Amino acid sequence: MSIEVAVTLTVNGERVSRRVEARRHLVDFLRLDLGLMGSHAGCEHGICGACTVRVDGAIVRGCLVLAAALDGAEVETIEGLSDTGEIRDLQEAFVARNAAQCGYCTPGMLLTAADLLETNPRPTREEIREHLAGNYCRCTGYHAIIDAVETVAKARNGRA
Amino acid sequence: MNEILDPRSVDRPNSYIGKSVPRPNARKLVEGRGQFVDDIVLPRMVHVAFVRSPHAHARILSVDGDEALRVPGVLRMFTGKDLAAHCDPWVAVLAHLKGMKSAPQRPLPLDRATWVGEAVAAVVAESRGVAEDAVAKVAVAYEPLPAVVDMETALAQQTPVIHPDLGDNLCFQRVNESGKVDDAFAAAHKVVEATFHTGRHTGATLEPRSILADYNRASGKLTVHHSTQAPHMMQGVFAKHLRLAEGDVRVICTDVGGSYGIKVHVYPDEVAAAVIARMMGRPVKFIADRLESFSTDIHARDHRIKARMAVDAGGRITAIDVDDLTGIGPYSVYPRTSAVEGNQVVNLVGGPYDFPNYRARTTVVLQNKTPTCQYRAVGHPIATAVTEGLVDLAAEAVGLDPVEFRRRNLMADGTYPRTSPAGMKFEGLSHMASLEKLVGMMDYTGLRAEQERLRAKSIHRGIGFASFIELTNPSPFMYGMGGARISAQDGCTVRIDPDGSVLAATGVTEQGQGTEAIIRQIVAEAVGVPIDQVRVITGDTLTTPYGGGTWACRGAGIGGEAALQSGLAVKEAVLKVAGAMLQVGPGMLDLVNGEIVEKRSGQTRMPLAELARIVYFRGDTLPPDLPRELMQTRHFITKEYPFAFTNGVQASYLEVDIDTGMVTLLKHWCVEDCGRIINPLLVDEQVRGGVVQGIGAALYEECPYSPEGQLLIGSMADYLVPMAAEMPDIEVGHVETPTNESLLGAKGAGEAGTAGAPGAVMNAINDALRPFGAKVFAQPFTPERILVALGKVSA
Amino acid sequence: MKAAPFRYVRATSLAEAFRLWSHGGPEARLLAGGQSLLASLAFRLSEPSALIDISRVRELAGISQAGEAVRVGAGVTHAELGRNDLVRRHLPLLAEAVPLIAHPAIRNRGTVGGSLAYADPAAELPACAVALEAVVIARSAEAERRIPAARFFTGLYSTALQPDELIAAIEFPIARAGERSTILELARRSGDYAIAGVAARVKIAGSALIDPRFVFFGVGDRPVVAERAMAAIAGKQVLAETVAAAQAALGTELHPTADQHGSPEVRRHHARVLLGRALKRMAGLEEARAA
Repeated sequence: MSIEVAVTLTVNGERVSRRVEARRHLVDFLRLDLGLMGSHAGCEHGICGACTVRVDGAIVRGCLVLAAALDGAEVETIEGLSDTGEIRDLQEAFVARNAAQCGYCTPGMLLTAADLLETNPRPTREEIREHLAGNYCRCTGYHAIIDAVETVAKARNGRA
Repeated sequence: MNEILDPRSVDRPNSYIGKSVPRPNARKLVEGRGQFVDDIVLPRMVHVAFVRSPHAHARILSVDGDEALRVPGVLRMFTGKDLAAHCDPWVAVLAHLKGMKSAPQRPLPLDRATWVGEAVAAVVAESRGVAEDAVAKVAVAYEPLPAVVDMETALAQQTPVIHPDLGDNLCFQRVNESGKVDDAFAAAHKVVEATFHTGRHTGATLEPRSILADYNRASGKLTVHHSTQAPHMMQGVFAKHLRLAEGDVRVICTDVGGSYGIKVHVYPDEVAAAVIARMMGRPVKFIADRLESFSTDIHARDHRIKARMAVDAGGRITAIDVDDLTGIGPYSVYPRTSAVEGNQVVNLVGGPYDFPNYRARTTVVLQNKTPTCQYRAVGHPIATAVTEGLVDLAAEAVGLDPVEFRRRNLMADGTYPRTSPAGMKFEGLSHMASLEKLVGMMDYTGLRAEQERLRAKSIHRGIGFASFIELTNPSPFMYGMGGARISAQDGCTVRIDPDGSVLAATGVTEQGQGTEAIIRQIVAEAVGVPIDQVRVITGDTLTTPYGGGTWACRGAGIGGEAALQSGLAVKEAVLKVAGAMLQVGPGMLDLVNGEIVEKRSGQTRMPLAELARIVYFRGDTLPPDLPRELMQTRHFITKEYPFAFTNGVQASYLEVDIDTGMVTLLKHWCVEDCGRIINPLLVDEQVRGGVVQGIGAALYEECPYSPEGQLLIGSMADYLVPMAAEMPDIEVGHVETPTNESLLGAKGAGEAGTAGAPGAVMNAINDALRPFGAKVFAQPFTPERILVALGKVSA
Repeated sequence: MKAAPFRYVRATSLAEAFRLWSHGGPEARLLAGGQSLLASLAFRLSEPSALIDISRVRELAGISQAGEAVRVGAGVTHAELGRNDLVRRHLPLLAEAVPLIAHPAIRNRGTVGGSLAYADPAAELPACAVALEAVVIARSAEAERRIPAARFFTGLYSTALQPDELIAAIEFPIARAGERSTILELARRSGDYAIAGVAARVKIAGSALIDPRFVFFGVGDRPVVAERAMAAIAGKQVLAETVAAAQAALGTELHPTADQHGSPEVRRHHARVLLGRALKRMAGLEEARAA
């Protein structure tokens, strides 16, 4: 049992090994240990969603997961999803629709939107709002974000 | 020159003004590759955390850091006394708010804590976690003092005076009066009245307050990476209080994760971080966490307003009388002061309406609660809720439809310029046209029919309106006149680079509203280059013209005008050189799409890049006396009007569950007139975001205190901000009444949504409850308050 | 808001978990999904000396049928619970409850066992467990105990678990033919803890409600079985008078305290409204619009 723990995990396809303080949550690990600044801390108690990242294929709150608990895990962040092109259509829709203003909520919002479209490819506007209901945005009032996600869902399903 | 204003020019190449061009900086944001202050890591950077008072009011007897300093990784601890040797206190008053008073405030207090959460000591460590561990071990001995927590009794004899030197707890008081108010009420056909409460709430920016200050002992320069709206103002503040020359202070703001006014103020803990950096000669980072944000970010809008309106038999308003009381914190906040919100209430109530007799009083009192100051839309949401609440009561009292009542009373279009009874000067507004547009957009008749039909099925929907005015493009009338070093002018430098690309450096700043985008559009059009050839720099006191930053909706109107004029000046300079090179009068040439063209024939003569190459590298080939200034700076300040007032009107359609008191928002509309629109997409999104912040105040957000002055919310689970599932779709429409103060004709738009939304929602709830004769006037309109109004539970 | 320092260790078997736990000292805590625990540590509401990660303990995983019950391992996440075929078929109340729990990212980590052990009075799953008369399988290093859900929740954030016990699994009786269940809650925003909620299960015979079971959450320090309301409606049809009688009875057995959502009176009022709506929904009388 130690205050510092050795972990080896995969982040955005890269294997990383670090010794981390047991108390270090994932979003701090990404930012402070790996320099991946795209995931943001907005509340550190799991409510605002700014820290949303993917662990083993599922979206999680990066502030409510310990890095120490992720030995062997696969973590994907906004940087990884950007580089693989997986969410390019979502990102372009956000830009075109001005669904990102200050940009602080945007990575978490995109991760959650990507998760929605994976599990529910034809969401209604209400379903989009419901799935994104755990991601706080103070700038947009959400309408533009819902529009952007709806546009992408329709495009992916062949309806313009 | 005036081609810009010609609507026919919309199809010209490089006509970007008025178009929904995407933001150039959006791509990095959607890829998580922006740069917020916490993303910056500097060599030897350390972190500061603060010991914060658990008492609303207490003498600080001693601060013992011995145990804290023994925690591995802890470097230093600082008290108020330590910092006082390196930092002068500030007093937040404005000379033109007569009689205003406040006590000197320091980065850390010397001997007294005056609100729960106030920083009383600072610990510096190698990491934030270790700094917090050490903070937990600092032993502070307090002597609790009685706290002033009730604004209604803040001025009473028996209430303790927070700052004895001030004599009482009154910060500011003002009466704004015109006409014969008492006579009008005596003669009124109907008088309606209500007591309104707007609940104290806060901005909850998603990126918390952030600062990284670095002091280089060798150069004597302080560099501050700051999540702020006003870098030049902060440069002045750090210089003045840290006793540095302004030229030795550089403030840089890169990406700012939301601000809405929260980050345009001077915070003692941020100043402390800068002082500590100075003292330690190394980078010091302070990122407020969510817990401390709730108790230290400025709060706003804690008001109780008693208001009444007199109407004549024809349904015309004859008088409005308002008594506003607001409880701020123990200090007025520097440098914009905490009296401005109350002052705006007395300036703005009744604003859209044509009536002769007005009296409004504001009383601003000190309390031992979190300090308050300007937050998006400042006094507007309060003034609008009061005005529009009275309007609906009056409409009901005289049996008029609320829209019809407004038609009879709004200032008529085309009757400008004119001055309101509150003394506000209006250049040109469009209340009537906006109202008609709104009514059309929402299918008002259809909604009323639907409301009627559903009422029969015990489904209670309500329609509520709010007309409003909004002040934008402020002149020194707002702050400068009062002695504050807050700039109402702004500047832009436009430079052609050798490859023909354009750099624009502006004193207005970006927090997500799209400042960089609109400056780019304006400059591209003014100069005559493709928009992707233009780069914009903002947020750096060293590299941009001296300006005011972004607040009170000045970015487009003032920053945009400076950009327009400097862009046009650069074009003129380019054409002078081109004329010399082509042996043609400059008046025969134009710069279009990055090419010098002959105006009459449209024939392309030379690429701008070629001209730039010659100017920069082959100046020997040009006439020796030829001016060749391909870099021009222009500044702009408004001339005649203290504010460029805009106007708008909003409507809310909602359903009240009369059994639970829960409100479901069905739809929201806003018609907004902000003059010439630079980028419709950006403006619409500013309106939507603003509306939702207003909805937050109306339904959800509140910072309640215990009788002992303890803040009762401390997490995002208690402090309810609007989330996606409960928010309606928001339809936005526009009327455009440009201002003649500038070539651009743009007014501001950022705060309009917040100004009108609470009033519209309140009126919609009361409209839904009309069959029951129930009314609510205290925000937030929680299920409990609605159930009490319905008589389903006791108060 | 960084947690105070603690040590960390991971167990992959129950035996290892107990061994590490007993060696961890009195301040050692178990870490499953961490969605409640890590948030409370961020606020420094508690400062455990060590966290023993049981999220990969084999014996706590999985959902299986065990006779007339479905056995849900304590380590099953809310997301897994909601997706699981056995749950959807045999425990419709749980399937209906899962989407009400917080948000997707939380549901991907938070566990069923964690929710029950944390015992937040405003949480959905504890009330569902009581409504379905589930049995909590508590394990210590030496022994196993079966604790009926109705006796499991003992007060605010308190359960019947002994200091050396953890939840290994929960057995939920399979829904029987003729049974209906529903969960209704009032929340200011989707995903928030309920300001009042009810988990209900009844049998329908003709148009009368047989053996009704109503468990309220968010209105006390633990899930409240509304015995008096249940007695008032048992065997009766759902009519205006019977609903009113049940609501009146409910008012006498709930004793909520005041909180930020309202006075005790408001909270009782909300509970009565939810009871009426649950009754109508169970009887199939509910209009198109939900609570």
